[in-house]
Amino acid sequence: MADLVPLLKAEHLTMRFGGVVANDDITFTLQEMELRCLIGPNGAGKSTFFKTLTGQLVPTSGTIAFRGMPIAGKASHEIARMGIGIKTQVPNVFNGLSVRENIWMAVRRKATPRQQGPAVDAVLQMIRLTDYADSIVATLSHGQRQWVEIGMVLAAEPELILLDEPAAGMTDEETFHTAAIIREINQTRAIVVVEHDMEFIKQIAKRVTVFHQGRVLVEDTVDKVLADSRVRDVYLGKKVAA
Amino acid sequence: MPKHVRLALQAAGILLAIVAIAVVPSVIELFALMQLTLFAAMAVLALSLAFIWGFGGILSFGQTAFFGLGGYAYAIAAVNFQDSTPAILLAIAVPALFAAILGYFIFFGRISDVYLGVITLTVTLILFNSVNSTSGDAYKIGKALLGGFNGMPAVPTFNVPFDPSTVLSPEQSWWTTAGVLLAVFLMLRLLLALPAGRVIVAVRENEVRASLLGYDPRLVKCLTFILGGAIAGLAGALYVNWGAFVSPTIFSLSLSAEIIIWITVGGLGTLLGPIIGCVVIEYIVAYIGSQQLLNSNLVLGGVLVIFVLLLPKGIVPTARDLVLRLMPQNKPKTNGPPVQSAAAPHPAGAE
Repeated sequence: MADLVPLLKAEHLTMRFGGVVANDDITFTLQEMELRCLIGPNGAGKSTFFKTLTGQLVPTSGTIAFRGMPIAGKASHEIARMGIGIKTQVPNVFNGLSVRENIWMAVRRKATPRQQGPAVDAVLQMIRLTDYADSIVATLSHGQRQWVEIGMVLAAEPELILLDEPAAGMTDEETFHTAAIIREINQTRAIVVVEHDMEFIKQIAKRVTVFHQGRVLVEDTVDKVLADSRVRDVYLGKKVAA
Repeated sequence: MPKHVRLALQAAGILLAIVAIAVVPSVIELFALMQLTLFAAMAVLALSLAFIWGFGGILSFGQTAFFGLGGYAYAIAAVNFQDSTPAILLAIAVPALFAAILGYFIFFGRISDVYLGVITLTVTLILFNSVNSTSGDAYKIGKALLGGFNGMPAVPTFNVPFDPSTVLSPEQSWWTTAGVLLAVFLMLRLLLALPAGRVIVAVRENEVRASLLGYDPRLVKCLTFILGGAIAGLAGALYVNWGAFVSPTIFSLSLSAEIIIWITVGGLGTLLGPIIGCVVIEYIVAYIGSQQLLNSNLVLGGVLVIFVLLLPKGIVPTARDLVLRLMPQNKPKTNGPPVQSAAAPHPAGAE
């Protein structure tokens, strides 16, 4: 039954900022448990798309359905409670709180007080920040703060996880670890990843959607997309006859 | 500092405060006691802004709006009922209700921080001017004559609950006022240690992240604002009890600005700091007022400039940093959430 209704379905989604059309008639479907990568050059509308999905922006027109329920225009916290978690492009963490408190904030929405401690420790272990649990987040490196945010998203146990450039600012080793975590959580959850790093995409991707100038340019398996001449042209900045 | 040492220190501090409050009337003169009672009432007002600004991230330029409403609500009710018990409750309820209405429009209307400052400031001015223009016999609420600019004299002071014939002595008034100060302080400390309090701080830290985790920042900020209004209203009742008098100057902008100075001097983001800042500044102002050499506003401005330049964190955070630096194991103090720590021992210098 669940297979009939897609996890996420956006139809004819358009987002205008004055004269700028950031998202232009996007139709996007994601199945349960799917792992999807979104790629595209800067300004293609990927982050705007994520913002409309999480209620940070209200789309100009179009619909978004999460398991059949309309979510376009709902407040961020309502969408979050329905089970969509996001790691934003610019890290959004609680800078003045400790790592443990950051994770705990996400855990306590669902876990009973007794479960909270072990749940926080499990997430700390997964993001490898157990040794930094009591450090104030503002004192950590950029890469570590990325981890804190990923940890918060995981700790909230959402049904759908959106990751906007999770590997930005990470070393190769950390990127590899991120890819491993993404594959692991994909065993139980659907994930959409925005990323520029092609090596990273190759490590995790199954299906890839390419955004260009606010529209969906191609959507196919990773091999076919990377072989597509239009995609290469987009990334090299050439004009595309789409 | 280990957790149990910190708890023991805190318990010792509370005990010390209780003893100090109890014995003060027997060691100082009546005039000084009255002055301390006033400072304690003002310190409750300081706590109200310390909470919403330092922990809720809401900088209200018009905390005196709630202070004044509390004072007037108390005075009007006390004159009518001739019993302070329901009057005190109204002094909490009326400003809280007003804060709820104002907060609803500010926070659910997603008004930015700058406009929040402008709106709270304007509301204070509106209240000041409205109450100021209530002279004459026409402006009466029940038996209470509002009195316009002259205010309301001879307001009944606190009595023993439900016993209007037994009015509190100055000593008992001090115990009540200082006791309320301690109780509000402890209540806020407790709240901030509870999950609800951590959510308030999290919303201050990052509203976007809080909402993306499923917390409603509008609601959290509105409730914080209401609690701040209620505490300021209670402070208003304590203030009116101290002087048995209330006038529109209770809404004044200079007092609103002074609260901000108390907090800046004492330390934003602490509860103890604003109390200390309030008492120190008010003492200095009162002392300067008793002689003719200097203008107190000039000194107040000077003190603020010195603190912003030399001690931008304020007295209490600076002192805390100093103590922690002098301790052998210099691990920064963190206000951890009440979760069980099963983590491995923290390596030194990890931060």
